[in-house]
Amino acid sequence: MEAIQGILEFIDQIFVKLSFWFSAQLANFLPDWGVTFIMMFATVLVLIVFGLASIIWINVFERKIIGRIQDRYGPNRFGPWGLLQCVADMIKLLTKEDVTPTKADRLIFNLAAVAPVIPTFMILAVLPFGRGMVAADLSIGYLYIVAVGCLGTIAIFMAGWSSRNKYALLGGMRTVAQMISYEIPMVLSVVGVLLLVGSLSMVSIVEAQGQWRLPFVVLQPLAFVLYFTAAVAEVNRSPFDLPEGESEIVAGYHTEYSGIKFAMFLLAEYINAFSICAIATTVFLGGWQGPILPSWAWFFIKTYFLYFVLIWMRGTLPRLRVDQLMNFSWKTLVPLALANLMLTALVAKLVPQYSHVGAIAFLVMNVVVIVCIALVKYPRWRRDRREVVLVPRTATPQVDSS
Amino acid sequence: MTAKETFDRLAAKFPQFPLGYLEGKDTAILVKGENLVGLAQHMRDDEEYDYCSSITGVDYPDRFEVVYHLYSTKKEGGPVILKVHAERENPMLPSVVSIWPTANWQEREVWDLMGIRFSGHPNLTRILMWEGFEGHPLRKDFPGSEDEYIFG
Amino acid sequence: MTELKTETITINMGPQHPSTHGVFRLILTLDGETVVDVEPVVGYLHRNHEKIGEKNNWIQNTPFTDRLDYISPMSNEFAYVLAVEKLAEIEPPERAKYIRIIMVELNRIVNHMIAVGFLLNELGCFFTPMFYCLRWRELVVDLYEMTAGSRMMPNYFWIGGVSADLPEKFLPECKEFVDAVPGFIDELERLLTDNEILQMRCRNVGVLPPDVAVEYGCTGPLLRASGVPYDIRKAEPYSIYDRFDFDIAAGTVGDVLDRYLVRIAEMRQSAKIVEQALRDLPEGETATPKKRKFRPPEGDVYHRIEAPKGELGFYLVSDGSENPYRYKIRAPSFVNLQSLPYMCRGHKIADVVIIIGSIDITMGEVDR
Repeated sequence: MEAIQGILEFIDQIFVKLSFWFSAQLANFLPDWGVTFIMMFATVLVLIVFGLASIIWINVFERKIIGRIQDRYGPNRFGPWGLLQCVADMIKLLTKEDVTPTKADRLIFNLAAVAPVIPTFMILAVLPFGRGMVAADLSIGYLYIVAVGCLGTIAIFMAGWSSRNKYALLGGMRTVAQMISYEIPMVLSVVGVLLLVGSLSMVSIVEAQGQWRLPFVVLQPLAFVLYFTAAVAEVNRSPFDLPEGESEIVAGYHTEYSGIKFAMFLLAEYINAFSICAIATTVFLGGWQGPILPSWAWFFIKTYFLYFVLIWMRGTLPRLRVDQLMNFSWKTLVPLALANLMLTALVAKLVPQYSHVGAIAFLVMNVVVIVCIALVKYPRWRRDRREVVLVPRTATPQVDSS
Repeated sequence: MTAKETFDRLAAKFPQFPLGYLEGKDTAILVKGENLVGLAQHMRDDEEYDYCSSITGVDYPDRFEVVYHLYSTKKEGGPVILKVHAERENPMLPSVVSIWPTANWQEREVWDLMGIRFSGHPNLTRILMWEGFEGHPLRKDFPGSEDEYIFG
Repeated sequence: MTELKTETITINMGPQHPSTHGVFRLILTLDGETVVDVEPVVGYLHRNHEKIGEKNNWIQNTPFTDRLDYISPMSNEFAYVLAVEKLAEIEPPERAKYIRIIMVELNRIVNHMIAVGFLLNELGCFFTPMFYCLRWRELVVDLYEMTAGSRMMPNYFWIGGVSADLPEKFLPECKEFVDAVPGFIDELERLLTDNEILQMRCRNVGVLPPDVAVEYGCTGPLLRASGVPYDIRKAEPYSIYDRFDFDIAAGTVGDVLDRYLVRIAEMRQSAKIVEQALRDLPEGETATPKKRKFRPPEGDVYHRIEAPKGELGFYLVSDGSENPYRYKIRAPSFVNLQSLPYMCRGHKIADVVIIIGSIDITMGEVDR
């Protein structure tokens, strides 16, 4: 029994042990600051390689599932089960001609292609991929994520503005409006959780869920839904994919980009989508915690499950219109997030931490809020179901035709 | 009501308009160009022919002819067909866009392909051919055989 | 507070754009995202169909009409063939008449499936509803292939009948398809109709009041969605439509949602018609004896049918020779498209796209 536990423990900590072993090897011939420096460098390298490599399977995963949703196979030509499709795509993108429009603002145009990728990788730094597997456990973890995440907006607006293309400009404008509006509910919905934890650090958020013995999705279901909705909009995924609304504004902000620069935008988009799933996992789904399987496995299972939900939404939902998008954020998500925050603060004061009573109180609170929303919104939601009128004959009198 | 009855009634109502009665597969009423708008107004307002289905230009050897097919969405029955003749040299007819807005593009098409002008049309420009195209392709004298393809 | 100085921008949408249904160009004047004015520019697919039609002889024109609205070739042939038959006073055999109705109504189902699929695509549904619709279109196209030998350009209708009798497999497979259609439409409706986003996007967008619709000469689902139950199959029954029991679907508001619902309802009605036609299908000849040189008598004739997209009319003038003297097509898409600027003004740019989708145009027919 103990042996099995030992093995499990070993698998669980394999990456951590690997890094200890590596730094121990370095310590043999390097001074302390050198080891630290190299270790930091190595961690960054690992994260970037992970990010780039994960595109390969995320892309295939997405296309396969979309294919299944659409009653077709998805990629199945290159590599076993089409797994290498992404490699083929990348080679295609890399060998394409890199076009810069004559009238574009060249410096910003080129800069904008690189800019969105940097913040996406920066977010990966604070994500705890497993027990002890975090590149930098910042005490301001979530704040850092929000701050860095904002940078993506600027990059996309740069792209939209510098292209000198009206579709790109429209896409850029939409992005700014959308991302700023949705950042607010996205942050506010998590603040409730942060209140319960009392810390901004991502690792403490996960550990707090261990102490509650419940993931925060049980305590804060409303906040989870709000966060996930807002986050989907934040990364411009369907049904909030207005900035690149293909059927309306061609490709939005990246209309004019081709080749490697276009690939950069795709890369940023995929990693962003992965990041929001990872953050939702960490904050709401208990992060790496789970029985039997190693911690990092649990983290990825949960994250990819959420990613599957994203793909599912992309495969089924139509897109919102720009004014409806704004209304949804400001009139629905923000008030709900605020209400959730205030009630959470209230309940958190009244009930003891880490107790069953507390958990039940939070659940009741959420149920009450949801019922209230239903009561207020239901008359509006229950629209009259439009039916067509079936006219058996023409309504006009019968007249002899000539 | 038969087309003959329609014709008789219209002829009695508008003694000032000389109308012609054209027997055929589809019976038509021949109108003079200057009376077209007056008759069209009457057809729409008093006879409930609110829907102008098609406007066609035909290039006959001695004349141009524009055919209006009128239907009614309020009462059933076949069309009332108005035919208007225009002379071969510089053909010009009054526009019925003010009566049936649907005539807008159809008259533009007739102008574009057949070269019949419509006076009073709000925007009589080419619609299917490009601006600056010379000639009117549906005219019989326009080249159209295989070795005379037109490339722009 | 000083007024913010704003400027309208002009966007050239098309002729190469993902959702303009071919080479169609719109000059949009925008105030931010709001559409101030729209100017449709057509003609990029113009090949002077009517002139070529005058060079062809009467029989050659039948397959040529397939190229008009390439999504519903059978309807185009039907309209042309009926017009020529009216001109030459030919009466096709009974069996041919029923076969024609079956084909044309199957065609209506196909056309509406594509219309609904593409509308949803333009709403931003990443191809899923479209694939669902295309899957069912495929079955109909298979039926066409089985009978006519070609999937999209069947050249099946001949003057005075149809070119071939139905193959043996056709009847059971067609019956199976028709029986399955209501189930499929239910599935589609479960997926789409009650979707909150779809309802939000389509409701009260692109409203076309009935009087305006008639003024602009709109026909087909576009007109009926505006609340005018005008269907040529009922108003002026041609061929044998008076023998079938079916209803006209009419909308109440005239927005995009109504057009979508009317199309869904029409698919059900079409399935009903096909079912009745299959039931009553008589035995016998499928074509009158064919002549190599077909010369209708002199005269002119206009015949219109209720094509899936609206009123499709052919105005034919014969001078008694082998070629038509004038061969004019009254294309539903061309006329319906005129109402686009009216419907788009004041809406957002995203609505323009779905309004185009809800009119259901095919450029092959608009530009001819």
